[in-house]
Amino acid sequence: MAYLMIFITAIFVNNIILSQFLGICPFLGVSKKISTAVGMGIAVMFVMTLATIVTFLIYYTFLQPYNLKFMTTVTFILVIASLVQMVEIIIKKSSPALYQSLGIFLPLITTNCAVLGIAILTIQKNYTLLAGICYTLASAMGFTLAIVIFAGIRERLDRTEVPQALKGTPIVLITAALLSMAFMGFAGISY
Amino acid sequence: MSYKIKEFIVPVITLVVIASVSAFMLGYVHDVTFNAIQKAKDNHELQAISEVVNEFDNDPFAEKTTIMTKDKKDKLIMYPARKGGKLTSVAIKSYTNTGFGGRIEVMTGFNVAGSIKTFKVISSNETPGLGSKVDDPKFKNQLTDFYPHRQILKVKQDGGDIDAVTAATISSRAVLRAIERAYDAFTNFNSGGDNE
Amino acid sequence: MNKTSLDNLTRGIIRENPIFVMLLGMCPTLGVTTSAINGLGMGLATMFVLMLSNIAISSVKKIIPDIIRIPAFIVIIASFVTMLEMIMQAYLPALYSALGIYIPLIVVNCIILGRAEAFASKNSIFQSLLDAIGMGIGFTLALTLLGSLREILGNGSIFGFSFMGDIANPILLFIMPPGAFLALASIIIVVNKLRGVK
Repeated sequence: MAYLMIFITAIFVNNIILSQFLGICPFLGVSKKISTAVGMGIAVMFVMTLATIVTFLIYYTFLQPYNLKFMTTVTFILVIASLVQMVEIIIKKSSPALYQSLGIFLPLITTNCAVLGIAILTIQKNYTLLAGICYTLASAMGFTLAIVIFAGIRERLDRTEVPQALKGTPIVLITAALLSMAFMGFAGISY
Repeated sequence: MSYKIKEFIVPVITLVVIASVSAFMLGYVHDVTFNAIQKAKDNHELQAISEVVNEFDNDPFAEKTTIMTKDKKDKLIMYPARKGGKLTSVAIKSYTNTGFGGRIEVMTGFNVAGSIKTFKVISSNETPGLGSKVDDPKFKNQLTDFYPHRQILKVKQDGGDIDAVTAATISSRAVLRAIERAYDAFTNFNSGGDNE
Repeated sequence: MNKTSLDNLTRGIIRENPIFVMLLGMCPTLGVTTSAINGLGMGLATMFVLMLSNIAISSVKKIIPDIIRIPAFIVIIASFVTMLEMIMQAYLPALYSALGIYIPLIVVNCIILGRAEAFASKNSIFQSLLDAIGMGIGFTLALTLLGSLREILGNGSIFGFSFMGDIANPILLFIMPPGAFLALASIIIVVNKLRGVK
């Protein structure tokens, strides 16, 4: 039950993009087409889950016992950056087809603050490893959900007449605001 | 061959040097700020204590004890406030993990008779300007000199006597839950419950 | 001061403003600007890291082999961010807890790595410092402006001073998440108009 609650809260109520503002750059940048949005979503889900597991283990085996909590930020970002590189190399070697579709998103993920943000939040919220994985997976699904819906709206937006002053960034931001308002409705169901 | 080694060795050494310099600098800054951070935290708590209890002339920090929660699963810290050696009120540090942004720590003051004097949020990750308003007077005044055995310590949506902060019911509920934990622990302690 | 130096200093403030024009560092921009003081604090914190990292990177740029450039930059930036974290925790605990998770996330702020890559790794220490100051001021101004707008509309106050009293209710939406997008959209419309973008 507790896990289900973590799941629903992280996907809908506390949506990582629309209410926590983590991972806004890919949200605005890689959301012009549904197909690329899906690719980005899957890549983030994979890297994020892996990153949380590794950073969790490092935090509780090294940083906490040896009183090195102050090194959290440095350690985590280095681990995430090397993890992304490693995943890129492995996918490139083992499955060129997968690399074709996901590879271009991987370098973008290193500077995606959602990955580092969720890794730190998992520690801050005092989750166990299992709850942490659950939380991360749900957050990444929330990311994918938001970015895919948003890409769908933007595909339609391309074919509509937008007032001159709103063309470009402003209309994208206003669309995001409306989507965020829609997600706020979910706040009613929590607890 | 030697060219390849150079190609490999030089970057590795450079990176190691940069990383060690950074690590030394971080260690140094950590040493310098460590006491200041601890002091800032203690000051923060001491200030919270003095805001929620009656006038005192002892050092509540030195006299702190732990008390058990009602379900006996957890311990809370209690700080007694004395004036001229006589116990006037206590502050209890309690927490909940049900806030909108996770953990909320609350310092609650109790009169010896058992009523809530007032409370102070010590740390929270609630949304600034929304959930963070649980520490504002408008919400807080409802809980000053509150008698939990006469009034219901719940938000109105749950059938209680407290108006939740506008658009921040979750945060309001969480704070009340933390206060309730402190209250239950305190009454349990007062009625001769086991303490250590 | 010669023309290039002046240009490097002023460019980031309006013409290439990191937020309104280049749309970099959006996460803290939208996340912490629920009040003017948070916007200002976040802006100054980022500027602090940006200045130190630009100086450090432009002074070691010659000895860093190309293939480890990015990891080396990340180590340098992350160290400065951690120092900032400890200093703020010690001397500005209230602001530190208000900005929360966004302080460690300065590491992945695109502005800092972006300026390191695009400017500090190619220019002299002095010019890099000027660039960092310019970009930092631009970022701080943008965050403070956005924070003020949201605080005035959403909370009826500015820098914590309430001016509305109980006469009217503020538009709460503006300090909630959707308000961040709306407020930024409105400012960008005005900035685009002023810059004469068609």
